Amino acid sequence: MQPLTLRRLLWTCGGLSALLLACVVLALKLGAVPISVTDLILDLGRIAIGRANELPTEYRLIVFDLRLPRILLGIMVGAALSVSGASFQALLRNPLADPYVLGVSSGAALGSILALIIAPGFALITPLGAFIGAIATIAGVYFLGRREGQLDSTTLLLGGIICASFFSAIIMFLMTTLTGRDLRGMVFWLMGDLSTPVSAGMQWIFTVGLIAGIGAIYSTSADLNLLLTGEREATHLGVDVTRVKLVVYVSASLLTALAVSASGAIGYVGLLIPHAVRLIFGSDYRLLIPASALCGAIAIVLADTLARTIVPPTELPVGAMTAMAGAPVFIYLLRRGLR
Amino acid sequence: MSTHETFLQAAAGREERPSRDQAVRLNVEQASYAYQVTAQAVPTFTLGATSFQAREREIVAILGPNASGKSTLLRLITGTIAPLSGRVELDGQETSRLDLRTRAQLIAVVHQESPVVYPSLAGDFVLQGRFPYGRALRFANRQDIEIARNALAQVGGEHLAKRNIGELSGGEKQRVILARALAQQPRLILLDEPTLHLDIGAQVELLERLRQLAQEARYTVVVVTHELGLAAEFADQVVLLQHGRCLRVGTPAVVYQKELLEQVFDAPLDVEIGPAGRPRVNLRARRGEDIT
Repeated sequence: MQPLTLRRLLWTCGGLSALLLACVVLALKLGAVPISVTDLILDLGRIAIGRANELPTEYRLIVFDLRLPRILLGIMVGAALSVSGASFQALLRNPLADPYVLGVSSGAALGSILALIIAPGFALITPLGAFIGAIATIAGVYFLGRREGQLDSTTLLLGGIICASFFSAIIMFLMTTLTGRDLRGMVFWLMGDLSTPVSAGMQWIFTVGLIAGIGAIYSTSADLNLLLTGEREATHLGVDVTRVKLVVYVSASLLTALAVSASGAIGYVGLLIPHAVRLIFGSDYRLLIPASALCGAIAIVLADTLARTIVPPTELPVGAMTAMAGAPVFIYLLRRGLR
Repeated sequence: MSTHETFLQAAAGREERPSRDQAVRLNVEQASYAYQVTAQAVPTFTLGATSFQAREREIVAILGPNASGKSTLLRLITGTIAPLSGRVELDGQETSRLDLRTRAQLIAVVHQESPVVYPSLAGDFVLQGRFPYGRALRFANRQDIEIARNALAQVGGEHLAKRNIGELSGGEKQRVILARALAQQPRLILLDEPTLHLDIGAQVELLERLRQLAQEARYTVVVVTHELGLAAEFADQVVLLQHGRCLRVGTPAVVYQKELLEQVFDAPLDVEIGPAGRPRVNLRARRGEDIT
C-alpha cells in the first residue's frame, strides 16, 4: 500500500512548479526578438528587488509588457480548463467528459458574445455573460441527462455534444449576420487564442475567480475519489453527494467561463491534461487537481510559445496548437495505459 | 446437481447458534415504504410492514425473487430512505436520522460489483473505508493503514494490495470490496446480492468468510439474495419477501416449506432437512410437462 502522503503531494507540486517556471523563462526568451537567458534572469531579479525602471525600455516593453501578461494569462487558462475537465470526469464517472465536450465552453462563448451585443459598453460584461452561459448550459445538459430521477452519463454526454454544436451554429450565425458591428474578436471564441490583451480589472477577476474555483474543488477532492467508485457507494462511505456535486458543478462552470471569456474555447486541454496526469501520478484527486492545474499551465504556455514562434512572423491560434499536439499525445497515452 | 451438493456440504462449516440473550442490534419494526412519483400519485411499488430483529454474530438473509422488495428493505436498513411507518433502529438509533458520517461508521454496504472507471490499487481502494473517520483531505495515518492491511488480511487478500483493481478476478474483487467494508469497522454489514457474479467456489468461500467474521468480530450481517441454497446454509434467520410483502420470518427450517417456496419462486422444488438440521432445496424437473 502506498497511500498519498502530504510529503509526496508537496514534492510533486514543487517539482511541477519548478518545471512551470522553467517553461515561463523559455517562453519569455523565445519570440521574434531573441533575448538571452542570462539577461532574462538578471532582469527578473531586478524586478524582484523593485528596480524595474533600471531596465532598458525596449526590453521591458517586449518581455514584460507583451510576453509576460500573455504567459500569465496562458497559465490561468490552462489551470482553469484542466481542473474543470478533471472535475467533470469525476462527477460523471466518464473519461470523455470535458468542458468542451459537455458544451460548457460553447455555452460560455455564446453567453459572452450575446452579452457583448446587448451591452457593449460595460467592461465586465464578457466574463459575466460567459458565466451565465456556462451555468445555463451545464444546468440544461444536466436536465437533458436526467432519466427517472437518475443521472445517466451517456445521455448527459450526448446532450452536451448536441448543445456544443447547436451553440457553435448560433455563434456562426451571429458572426455572419452581424458583420456591420465590431465583432472582429469573435473568431477567437471558436478557435481559442491568447493574443487579445486583457484589461487590468479582468486580470483581478480572473485571479480571484481561479483561486476560489480551484480551492472549492480541491476542498472536495477526497470526496471525488469516492465518487469515482459510484454515487451509492460514496453515500454509504459518508460523502454528501448532493453538496459535492453542486459545489463542483458551479466551480467548474466558473473556471470554464473565466477561461473562455479570456481566450475563447481552447479544446483538448481539459480532456488531455487530467488523463496524462492520471497516467503519470495516479488517479488520487488530492494530487490530481493541483498537478492538473500545474501541468495544464505548462501545456498552454508551451503550446502558445510554439504558436507564436513556429511560423514567424505570423501567429497561430493556441487552440489549433493544442488540438494538433493533443491528439497524437492522447493516442500515445491511451495505448500505453491499455497495455 | 453433484456440484451443487458438494457445494452445500462444503458450505456447512462450523456453526454456532447466536445465543438469544444478546441485545438486539438491528430492529426493524413494522417498517413500510412506497415509491411515489408525486404525493398524489398511485405508488409504483410498496413494501408492506416488515419486522425482524438481528443480534450480533447473526446472519440474516433477505430472500425473495426479483421485484419482491429486497432492495427497498435494504435501503430502509441503510437509512438511505426513511420508512413511511414503523421504524428501523440500529442499537436504538433510527438509521435514517443518523448523519452520513456516523452512519458510515456504523453500517457498511457491499453492493454488486461496480465498474472501476480509472485504475487504482486494491490497497488504496480498501483504505477508502477509513474515509468516515478522516478529516479534511483525509491523508491516511499509520493506524488507518494498519486497519486497512488487517481488513485485507481478514479476507485473505494480503497479496492483492499492490494489484490493480481492474485486473482482479470476480472473486478477488469481491474480497477487496468486502475488505473496504471491514475497514469501516462497522457494526452492521449489508451485502446486496454478493454472490451474483461469482462462481460456486468463490460463493462458498465468501459466505464461509462472512460466517467466520460474524463469529469472531461480532458483526451483524444482512445478506440480500435470491439464492435459496445459500440462504439455507448460512443464514440464522430468513426474511422471505414476495411482491413487496413480508411473508415469513424465522430460521431456515421454519421458513423453508415446500408449498410456500414453490409458490414464491414459481418453480417446482424439493425441500429436505439435511443432517445439520438445515433444509436443502433441489430443483425438480417438471417431468412429462413441456417447459417452454
